[in-house]
Amino acid sequence: MNRNPHHRFRTRRRLIGALGAGAVFGNPGVARLAAAADSYTLPFANGQRPLLPYPQKRPLIVLTARPPQLETPWEVFSEGAVTPNDAFFVRYHLAGVPTSIDPSTFRVTVRGKVATPLTLTLADLRQMDAVEYYAVNQCSGNSRGFFEPRVAGGQLGNGAMGNAKWRGVTLKSVLAKAGVQTGARQVKFDGLDVPVLATTPDFVKSLDVDHAMDGEVMLAYAMNDADLPMLNGYPVRLIVPGWYGTYWVKHLTEITVLEGVLNDFWMSTAYRIPDNACACVPAGSAPAQTVPINRFDVRSFVTSVRDGGSVPAGTPFTLRGIAFDGGYGIRDVSVSADGGRTWTSAALARDLGKYSFREWQMTATLPAGTHEIKVRAVNSIGQSQPSEALWNPSGYMRNIVETIRVRAA
Amino acid sequence: MIARRRWLSFAVAALGLITALPLHALKIELPADTSTLKPGAGAELANRQCLTCHSADYVNVQPPGKPLAFWKGEVEKMKKVYGAPIPDEEVEPIAQYLTREYGAAP
Repeated sequence: MNRNPHHRFRTRRRLIGALGAGAVFGNPGVARLAAAADSYTLPFANGQRPLLPYPQKRPLIVLTARPPQLETPWEVFSEGAVTPNDAFFVRYHLAGVPTSIDPSTFRVTVRGKVATPLTLTLADLRQMDAVEYYAVNQCSGNSRGFFEPRVAGGQLGNGAMGNAKWRGVTLKSVLAKAGVQTGARQVKFDGLDVPVLATTPDFVKSLDVDHAMDGEVMLAYAMNDADLPMLNGYPVRLIVPGWYGTYWVKHLTEITVLEGVLNDFWMSTAYRIPDNACACVPAGSAPAQTVPINRFDVRSFVTSVRDGGSVPAGTPFTLRGIAFDGGYGIRDVSVSADGGRTWTSAALARDLGKYSFREWQMTATLPAGTHEIKVRAVNSIGQSQPSEALWNPSGYMRNIVETIRVRAA
Repeated sequence: MIARRRWLSFAVAALGLITALPLHALKIELPADTSTLKPGAGAELANRQCLTCHSADYVNVQPPGKPLAFWKGEVEKMKKVYGAPIPDEEVEPIAQYLTREYGAAP
């Protein structure tokens, strides 16, 4: 039942000979074949994917081409606590993806139940007081491919997540400029991505006013000290730290303060989770009540060695990884090398903030043989991870205690 | 000296402005969508109805072995909630094709 989440491998068919022949005979088709030959296999049935470079991106795992959905190869997470912009995952819902944006004419409007409607330029946003923090963005359906029984949807491994340093202005300061009127209940957000058909609901999301005014939700114009890549929401996206990526509206152009509650498809039908403490139901069943998905649960991973990898036997080696939660902060990361019988606390690395990946490391010594390594995190309010996978029909919020098998030799 | 410093500070300010406000549009070109649906009876119908809004890989990556109910549910979702203009009488044949080529053995 528990598949090994890190058991993945990269296939690289080097068609150098074919490419050489193509060059000799001037056949561009052969070169294209060589370029398309990289693939990546996620460790579940039907998990083979192309590995392709997209604009402003290194080769990423292509879940779908139109609209683009790109997953970060697992190896990237061993590079550190911050996910490079060119490796950051991409998720669109609608194929009307903007491919050209002029920053000099780009505008963000603030309308609805406000005293003064606003039309803001990028220069206006950059002149306001800036805030900056690290925050993880994670797709609601990250790791959906590991659900058992399998469910419909984007069949993702664990790479639909990333951690970046976001810089921008708080939504609170933007709303304060406009003056939110009494009686406002929600704020809705729309970006430049549009559906192909007029009959498809546009991707529009909302937050309660109190959340929108918490002083943390941000309109970000920089990501890791650079402009946002187009596919991550250039030039401005909403950052909702600690909450799933569905709320992080890209290419944000319209902010509307509502008297009521947004009842569109994307809030009322999609992105709903069972209305209970575990956001879970017995496998194969339907929840009686649902609520909109919201805050991340706790997750932790080993990143320094992959599932099925090897480590030195009988000599100390460093085991590293990452952990994160919905913004309470990671209190402890514990590791078991004996299948979960005994646990040892790892050392937590530098704290980049409560919404960031938190790196951890520990020194381990293992005798020769095969070992099952488990990692489990606890946050500052005591939330942790289940030892058995939880299930819901949409394949959201997977956060089982991860297990990898390594060979000490 | 003073004039030079003034010129320098103006240059720095101008540079700062340029850095803060890129003058050119950011344009990207997405790679071509090369995925295709599996051939088979009903493929022509599926190609016509399923690929208007998304690439074939949306279908290709789904878990194997799923029954007709799973695929019919997907086709109905596309019709009802995503507004795909699939006539009622085409729902079943498309679901049959998807089940045959991607799902449970008949």
